[in-house]
Amino acid sequence: MSSSDEATLVNKTIDTLLEQFPPAETEAKAFWAAQFDAGLAWVDFRIGDGGLGVSPSLRETVTRRLSEADAPIWNIAANLLGIGMGAGVLAAHGTEAQRKRWLRPMFLMEEIWCQMFSEPGAGSDVASLSMSAVRDGDEWILNGQKVWTTLAHISKWGMIVTRTDPDQPKHRGLTYFIVDMEAEGVDIRPLYQITGEAEFNEVFFDDVRVNDDQRIDDVGAGWGVAMTTLMNERVAIGGRIVPRNSGTIGAAMTLWNESGPSDIATRRELARLWAEVEAMRLTTLRAAENMQAGVPGPEGSTGKLTWAALNKEVTSFSVEMLGLDGATIPEGYSLEPTSYETREVERVMSPQRSFLRARANSIEGGTSQIMRNILGERVLGLPGEPRVDKDIPWKDVPRG
Amino acid sequence: MAERITFARTEEQTMLATTVRDFLEATVDMDTVREASLTENAFNREAWGGLVEMGLVGLHIPEQYGGAGFSFIETAIVFEELGRRVVPVPLLSSIMASAAILAAGSESQKEMLVPPIASGESTATLAVFEHAHDLDACATVANRVENGWSLTGTKRYVTDAPNADQFVVVASTDEGTRLFVVDASTAGVTIAPTPSLDATRPLGELGLEDVHVDSDACLSESDTTAAIRKALDVGVVALAQEQAGGAQRCLEMSVEYAKSRYQFGRAIGSFQAVKHMCADMLVAAEHAKSVATHAARTIDDADESAISVPLAKSVCSDAYIKAAGDTIQIHGGIGFTWEHDAHLYFKRAKSTALLLGSVNSYRDRLADAIGI
Repeated sequence: MSSSDEATLVNKTIDTLLEQFPPAETEAKAFWAAQFDAGLAWVDFRIGDGGLGVSPSLRETVTRRLSEADAPIWNIAANLLGIGMGAGVLAAHGTEAQRKRWLRPMFLMEEIWCQMFSEPGAGSDVASLSMSAVRDGDEWILNGQKVWTTLAHISKWGMIVTRTDPDQPKHRGLTYFIVDMEAEGVDIRPLYQITGEAEFNEVFFDDVRVNDDQRIDDVGAGWGVAMTTLMNERVAIGGRIVPRNSGTIGAAMTLWNESGPSDIATRRELARLWAEVEAMRLTTLRAAENMQAGVPGPEGSTGKLTWAALNKEVTSFSVEMLGLDGATIPEGYSLEPTSYETREVERVMSPQRSFLRARANSIEGGTSQIMRNILGERVLGLPGEPRVDKDIPWKDVPRG
Repeated sequence: MAERITFARTEEQTMLATTVRDFLEATVDMDTVREASLTENAFNREAWGGLVEMGLVGLHIPEQYGGAGFSFIETAIVFEELGRRVVPVPLLSSIMASAAILAAGSESQKEMLVPPIASGESTATLAVFEHAHDLDACATVANRVENGWSLTGTKRYVTDAPNADQFVVVASTDEGTRLFVVDASTAGVTIAPTPSLDATRPLGELGLEDVHVDSDACLSESDTTAAIRKALDVGVVALAQEQAGGAQRCLEMSVEYAKSRYQFGRAIGSFQAVKHMCADMLVAAEHAKSVATHAARTIDDADESAISVPLAKSVCSDAYIKAAGDTIQIHGGIGFTWEHDAHLYFKRAKSTALLLGSVNSYRDRLADAIGI
C-alpha cells in the first residue's frame, strides 16, 4: 500500500468509527473497544492486534483526529506504561497468544501495566541488575527487589527484567517476563520522596512463581526486549510540544506579576530564563519538524537534558521570588510522608513542591550525566570510557 | 492543533549555504583572519568581492531597489556561514544601513540610495551610538541651513567605519530625531578607527563638524525612532545567525580536538569531564540555531519580532560566549595561544554580545514583550 493509500484507509476507518460510535454518546470503554477492533489502537500493529498494519507515523493522525472529535484518548496517559510501552514490546517480541491475551484489556483500561527495571543496586547501569529468576519445570521462581515503579499498586501486569544466568556477562544473562502483580509473594510498598508524596513504589519478590508462557522472547534475550521497551518510552514521552508560557515558567510569570519583587535584576533574570525555556521549546518544534521530514538531527536529543537543568533553575527562581514566604510551606501542602492512599488526591502545585520535585528531573529517565554521555558518544562521536565490566561474568563484577 | 513554525530549509536554501561555505573555505584562510585582527580596518576584499559577485549583499533587498528580492532567511544563511569563519566583511553594516533607508526613506531616496549598497558598489554603515551605556543619548545635532542641513557631533562604535563610503547618521533636530545619509568624503567628516576587542569587525568614530548635506540627505520628515529600531533589529538578527554559526564551528573544533588529543593514554574526549562540556556546547549551539532561525523568519512580523529579536540576542549571545570560552578550555594551552583560532571566536563572541545594545537591554525589551 502506498503511503497516501494508507492515510486514506486510516482516515476512512476513523470516519466510520466516529460515525458508529459518536464520542458524545458513547461510554469511554465501549469507544476503546470499538477503536481497538477497528485497528485504530496502534495503527502500525497487525490486524487483530489493534492495528491496520500501516506506517507508525499515522498514529499521530489518529490521536489528532480523535482529540479534535473529543473522543476519549486519556487511556493512553492513564495506562502509559502499557499502551505506550508494553504494547510495543508485545508487538515486537510477543507470541500470538500473548498479544491476544494482553493487548485488548490493556487498551480498554481493564488491566493497568507497570514496568520494573531499576533496582536499588542497578540505576544508571540497569543491565547489572540482580533480580533472580530460576527455572522450575514450567515455572520460574523470582526473588529480589525492584524500585521506582510507577503505578505498581494499581497494576495487574508488570514488565520485568530478571537475571537468569549469572555466569554470562551482564547483558547476556537477562530474561524478560510479564508478571502478575497480584501473585503471591509480590509485596508493593509506597516509596516516599523529598516532596512527602509517594509517586513510586518499591516492589519485593519473595519466591514469586511465574509461568513460562509469560516469558517474552528467548531465555537470555531480555536486554534486547528491555531496549525495545525504552525505545517505546522515548516515543511515548519524548517530543512533547508544550505551548509558550506553560509549565513552571508560566507559573513563575504569574508569580512575578502577582507578588514578585519588581526589581530590575530579578525581572531580567526571569526574562533570561524565559528565553532559555523558549529556546528549548523552539528546538523541540524544530526536532519534530525534522523528524517528520525524515531528517532527524542532534536537536532531537537535547530536550531531556536541558529541560532538567532549566526546570531546576526556574523552580528555584520561583521560590526565591517568594522572599521569606519561600522558606515556609503553604496551606494545604505538607512535607510529611502521606499515607499510601492520599497520594491519589490532587497535588497542591505550590512553588515549594515544584522546587523539590524538580530535583528528580536530572535523575529520572536517565541522569543528566548519562544524557551527556549519550550526546557526547552517539551524537558527537566521542570515544566511550574504558569498560571494566566488559566480557566478565556478571557474578564476578564488583557491586555495591 | 499543532503549532506551525517552519524551520526547514528549502533545497535552494541548502544549496546557498553549501555554495557560500565552499566559497568562504576556499577564499578565507584563517591565517589571514588572524593577520586582519592586527589591523584597524580589517576587510577581506577577496571574500567581499565574491559575495558581491554572487549577488549576496542585496539578497533580501526588494528587486526594485537593486536587490535579489529574497526573504531575510537567505541573508541569515549567509551570516551563519560568515560566522563560522569570522570573516572580516562589512555585510552587517551594509544591511543595517540599507534597512534604515528602506524603513525611513521616500520612494525616490530608496531608489537612489539603496541600489549602490545592494550591489556592493558603495559600502555603507549605520551611525547611531555615542555613549557606552545610554544608547538613546544623541548629542549630534542637525540644523536647517540654506539648501539643506548642517551636522555636528561625534558618533562612536560605528561598525566598519574605517571602510565605509557612506554613513546613515542619527541626529537630533528641532523637529525630532532624524536620519541623514552622509558621504565619507564630505567636508568636515573625520573617521578615526577605534582599537577593538574583536578587530575582525572594525569599529570607528565618526566626527562631524559643520558637515553640510543637501535637503535630500534627510531620510524622513517624520519621527525615525521606528526606522532606527528596525535597522538595529535587522542587525541583531543577522548577528544572532552569525553567533549560531560561530558556536557551531566552536563545537566542531572542540570535538575534533577531543578525539585526536591524547593524554593519559586516552583521547581526552573519552573523559566525561571533557565529553560533558562538548555535550553542553552542543545544546547551546542547537538552541542558538533555533532562536536565530526563528528570528530570521519573523523579522517582518511586528508582533512576533518584538519577542523573537530580543530572544535571539539573549540566547545566542550566551551560547556563543559559552561555546567559544569552552573551546579554549578544551584545547588547553594551545587554545590560549595567538597561533590558534580559538581566540578569534572568543573575541568575536564577547564583542558581538555587546554590539547594538547590551544583552540586558534586550532582556528588558523581552520582559516588556512577554508581559512581565
